[in-house]
Amino acid sequence: MDRRIHRVGQNAPNMDAAPRHPRTLVDKIWDDHVVLDGKGAPSVLAIDLHLVHEVTSPQAFTGLRRRGLKVAHPERTVATADHSVPTTPRNLPILDAMAAAQVDQLTTNCTEFGIPLHGLGSPSQGIVHVIGPQLGLTQPGMTIVCGDSHTSTHGAFGALAFGIGTSEVEMVLATQCLLQRRPRSYEVRVDGRLAPGVSAKDVILNLLSRIGVGGGTGHVFEYRGSAIEALSMEQRMTICNMSIEGGARAGLIAPDDTTFEYLAGRAHAPKGREWDSAVERWRALPSDPDAAFDRTISIDASALEPMITYGTNPGMGLPISAAVPDPAATEDGPGRRALESALAYMDLQPGQPILGQKVDVVFIGSCTNGRISDLRLAAAALKGRKIADGLRLMVVPGSDEVKREAEREGLHEIFRAAGADWREAGCSMCIAMNGDQLTPGQYAVSTSNRNFEGRQGKGGRTFLASPLTAAASAVAGVVADPRRLPGIEALAAVGGR
Amino acid sequence: MAKPYASFSSKVIPLPAENVDTDQIVPARFLKVTDKEGLADALFRDWRYEADGGLKEPTFVLDKPGMAGRQILLAGDNFGCGSSREHAPWALVAWGIRAVITSSCADIFRGNSLKNGLLPIIVDAETQRQLFELVAREPDVELTVDLESQVVHLPGDEDLPFDVDPFSKLMLLKGTDELGYLLDKAPEIEAWERRHPARIDTRLDAGT
Ligand code: SF4
Repeated sequence: MDRRIHRVGQNAPNMDAAPRHPRTLVDKIWDDHVVLDGKGAPSVLAIDLHLVHEVTSPQAFTGLRRRGLKVAHPERTVATADHSVPTTPRNLPILDAMAAAQVDQLTTNCTEFGIPLHGLGSPSQGIVHVIGPQLGLTQPGMTIVCGDSHTSTHGAFGALAFGIGTSEVEMVLATQCLLQRRPRSYEVRVDGRLAPGVSAKDVILNLLSRIGVGGGTGHVFEYRGSAIEALSMEQRMTICNMSIEGGARAGLIAPDDTTFEYLAGRAHAPKGREWDSAVERWRALPSDPDAAFDRTISIDASALEPMITYGTNPGMGLPISAAVPDPAATEDGPGRRALESALAYMDLQPGQPILGQKVDVVFIGSCTNGRISDLRLAAAALKGRKIADGLRLMVVPGSDEVKREAEREGLHEIFRAAGADWREAGCSMCIAMNGDQLTPGQYAVSTSNRNFEGRQGKGGRTFLASPLTAAASAVAGVVADPRRLPGIEALAAVGGR
Repeated sequence: MAKPYASFSSKVIPLPAENVDTDQIVPARFLKVTDKEGLADALFRDWRYEADGGLKEPTFVLDKPGMAGRQILLAGDNFGCGSSREHAPWALVAWGIRAVITSSCADIFRGNSLKNGLLPIIVDAETQRQLFELVAREPDVELTVDLESQVVHLPGDEDLPFDVDPFSKLMLLKGTDELGYLLDKAPEIEAWERRHPARIDTRLDAGT
């Protein structure tokens, strides 16, 4: 692989400013997009791509109308409906009147302001963080924002991508810029080889269990090291997706040949000579070898087990063979009280093994693990098997295209034969806005990203885990170790991309 | 657009939980609104109410006697983590909260709050602990938040200084918003755009 690094990017400002100090990937993207250096005030940062969805945008469009403003660059903006859409067949109406109004409002707003919309019924509809990469809109070196905290997903391509609030959505619509301060950098080094049955989801859950849900606040993660380089694009997206769960607004990975191979030929990716010059530009992006980070943490990939959460935030995770922690064994203080209240909500006993814990529902989907390789892994694990009696398995593709691809490969037949419910694309039970939800007290193994109280339905209890762990648990009816699946070595090699 | 942020005095609502995420502040099912109004009832909904709409037992702190009208929330560490929903500060403000005192809060939540006239006041963990003790001892203690001089006045002569980003402070004090500030930079933005061609064309017919 060609990993030559050009020390000075072609578009780098101040080329004659001598000598340049080594820069990180984030520094380079930042420098390329600063319109005005704030000098104490926040800087004006140019945004390349703005993704919009139905839930966090209506008030922003209302604001534009109130001020009589237009969208500055509708051709750098793109919208989809994902959060509150049903995952029942598309010919059925949206039963929830408020959700229907919100989806209609998005269509009205996009039409009025000229924003391209991949709406319900479009073959390119899907979760915003699934369709951006799929359409080739997400590209290295870009600044990407969306009124959604999992915008960090797009960092997998070496883009600076982060979630914003609705006021900021309005700002970007109006000016294609944001007021930002340069973030601090946090190097997450992952070296070594993942064991069969251990995947990207386990890497990020492990990081979160170490640093907690506030550990990365004020920082941007850069994931690097041999284990990261070995990951497919979709696995990289899984890791970057959950950066926000560690408090970091963004997380990114240097672009390399894996990135370029994924991008080549996608609808909005550059073509021909433009492609060549883009790749040349992208190859200059990786952090300089001697660039310094504000913080660093190392993870030994070869020592990782499959991970699962036991508590009520994504930092409350453990290796799947471990026991639920005992509050009495932790230091007195807010940490102990948080653990106590998490175990009370989850109705788990201190010291009980998490393996064997009863499960009512398994959810496979979301912007974390709802891509084709995730579905391939889950299907491989479920092939020729049946889910446990009384358990409900929902498989929700991340986008309409993922759904079509899965059906081309016959994955839906495997899921259905196993007893699963095969749905239309959307956020679904990840956020439980659309009627796909847990009932109070139910336990779910979920491939999504948040196990907050009530996240998947009021009173519902969530264990976050990888698609393989989810599939293994669906068969067993209890939390199960995917490494015990027959033929796990071969299984884990499924996936691709 | 917020009103200018004037100094005010208020009793305190203590909420010692750590890592309070925005899914708790406003559960997702209340995100289907297309305006910003009426979110006060959604605030901490599932910590306050039973499914049938009755108040939970024990009553959540917001609904205890004497809490209505209080404007200062004293919160545990890493307040406002999780989802980027601006509905969280909208709901807090709609209920009447104007300042959250905590030892840290999540980045997106902080930014969203400052844009809606909600001031996050970050104190060190020891001060936070002492404040919780103070409020436990004297539940009706009044604090005065003075943004202009960046202090919280405690009873007696004690002052608690706090840091606030000078830019956000200015915006809050003037009650102007960042979009207005950005719109003023239009000439610079246009000049920059002339030097930097677009990196993407999202139009449906641009993809092949
Ligand atoms: S799948 Fe879940 S986390 Fe992802 S965008 Fe949808 S609601 Fe947010």
